Amino acid sequence: MVHFDKPTYTVRRTRKKEIPHGLYTKDPVTGESVFTKELEDNQMVVPKSGHHFPIGARQRIAKLVDEGTFSETDAGVRSADPLGFVDSAPYPTRIKKYEKESGLPEAVICGTGKIHGIPVSLAVMDFRFCGGTLGSAAGEKITRAIELAVADKCPCIIFSTSGGARMQEGILSLMQMAKTSAALGRLAAAGLPYISVLTHPTTGGVSASYATLGDVILAEPGALIGFAGPRVIKDTTKQTLPAGFQTSEFLLKHGLVDQIVSRLELRDRIGELLLALHVKKKAAPPTTVVNT
Amino acid sequence: MEKPAYVLEFEKPLRELAKDLDALHQKSMEHNLDVTPEVKALENKLEQTRRDIYSNLTPWQRVQIARHPKRPYALDYVGLICEGFQELHGDRQFNDDRALVGGTAFFNGEAVMIIAQQKGRDTKENIERNFGMPQPEGYRKALRLMKTAERFKLPVLTFIDTPGAFPGVESEARHVSEAIAVNLREMAMLKVPSIAVVVGEGGSGGALGIGVTDRVLIFENSYYSVISPEGCAAILWKDRSAAPKAAEALKLNAATLEGLGVVDEVLPEPFGGAQNDPAQAAAALKYALQKHLNDLRALDTETLLNARYDRYRKLGSYEEAGVVHS
Repeated sequence: MVHFDKPTYTVRRTRKKEIPHGLYTKDPVTGESVFTKELEDNQMVVPKSGHHFPIGARQRIAKLVDEGTFSETDAGVRSADPLGFVDSAPYPTRIKKYEKESGLPEAVICGTGKIHGIPVSLAVMDFRFCGGTLGSAAGEKITRAIELAVADKCPCIIFSTSGGARMQEGILSLMQMAKTSAALGRLAAAGLPYISVLTHPTTGGVSASYATLGDVILAEPGALIGFAGPRVIKDTTKQTLPAGFQTSEFLLKHGLVDQIVSRLELRDRIGELLLALHVKKKAAPPTTVVNT
Repeated sequence: MEKPAYVLEFEKPLRELAKDLDALHQKSMEHNLDVTPEVKALENKLEQTRRDIYSNLTPWQRVQIARHPKRPYALDYVGLICEGFQELHGDRQFNDDRALVGGTAFFNGEAVMIIAQQKGRDTKENIERNFGMPQPEGYRKALRLMKTAERFKLPVLTFIDTPGAFPGVESEARHVSEAIAVNLREMAMLKVPSIAVVVGEGGSGGALGIGVTDRVLIFENSYYSVISPEGCAAILWKDRSAAPKAAEALKLNAATLEGLGVVDEVLPEPFGGAQNDPAQAAAALKYALQKHLNDLRALDTETLLNARYDRYRKLGSYEEAGVVHS
């Protein structure tokens, strides 16, 4: 007798909203199931619909910089607990949980690398670590990345994704907005380009500091970008929000964002912009000799 | 008849004692009785209770005082410590924000640029002032005036008093976050001395948008926070009524802020709050402003800008190689 094993199914867990875990992932645009491996190979962009799922900082960096050029900096900068903050759990316990869940030391990964051969200083945020919130450690790392760009005379690129300032560090979180923006003032004074890439979601204190200070501001399609979140606006003002409010597309139309760029094209687009703003030269295309 | 004074919840025992005292006086007059010992005892009790309450204010109680509807507002202080305020309106692009105002004035005879977040005293005025919640145009006007100050070498004095930047559809559509961000960067680079004073509420990014200055002063009952206690309570405790707990946890009061290096000096208030004697509070502010202005004026521009950069550069607390930096 032929014995058939019960097929094994992978149950999709929705522990972290919108971050695919199972074998198949449902595309919220078409409702179709996508093979998760295929999604991962495509930088978490659904091939058919173009829907952008969140992507981890390390996965992003791997596809962004020239192969083998990334060198991480300041990996040892970690969150402390300056206020001794306790809500339903002590803040240090939460941090340990985020470290474990995300496999990251902080909400931002920094380093140097090359894009199309052009050296850059890079800071990439990751939403999985405490909602990408900006605390003292993240602020310190981003500030160092900007200062490194000034010291090395290279462009700075920051990918933002954040729920805002990290409440558990109180006023010190708010001050990271001032610290990072002041550093960007020095970068601007040094005549070095800063490209800010807004990804889903970029809100609160991060939107009101370095995220919106780019010489060029790019956004991934369909990202939620704003200062106050939609619920806060509704609760405070009782206003109805227009369709598509606070999306990348809305902000392109309303003049905040320079371009909306698919994640799959970001590397090349950034490379092209750096050529224009930083290298300021491009090899001329081969001239066609016309015989007369 | 005089309008009854505005009484905060925790001040109610004082009102009860004051009522008892009045009743006692009334009784003594009506019946021609000598109640001197009773009056004396009650007065002592009133004074003792007053001391007990105001000497042990919780963070949340101080937040209530910072929001007190009789508290002196920015333009009250400007009137008390400056002469000849000339309001300069509009951002030259879209609108004139009434929640964030500015203009030239003379402080101890020297010209300065005033930037001030202004609340309203009554409903009508509060609607005009949008309850002290600036929109993008307010921040852009503030920047325009700061650049004017830079051109004419006037020090900038900013007065912070806002629950936060306005969280509304129009505000978002015109990019309030960008307006605040640009101010943070430009204030850090401004080539004239600048001093901010938190006179009431220091509500998050909306406050910081005019707060990146060489010195930050704060009145002892004002607060300055990354988020309102109610907002923090709603997110972390899932309950807005946990605001007193959140206020405690956020360490948002003047004395702790000084300890964290976020503010440079705490200004004393009259007992029970600045609303009890605005002139006295203003005198303390005037004295401190002059002292800090003198110090800042003595610095050349490069030293001033480097010191300002370092002031914000070192804020924060993080761990690296087993050492906590703060």
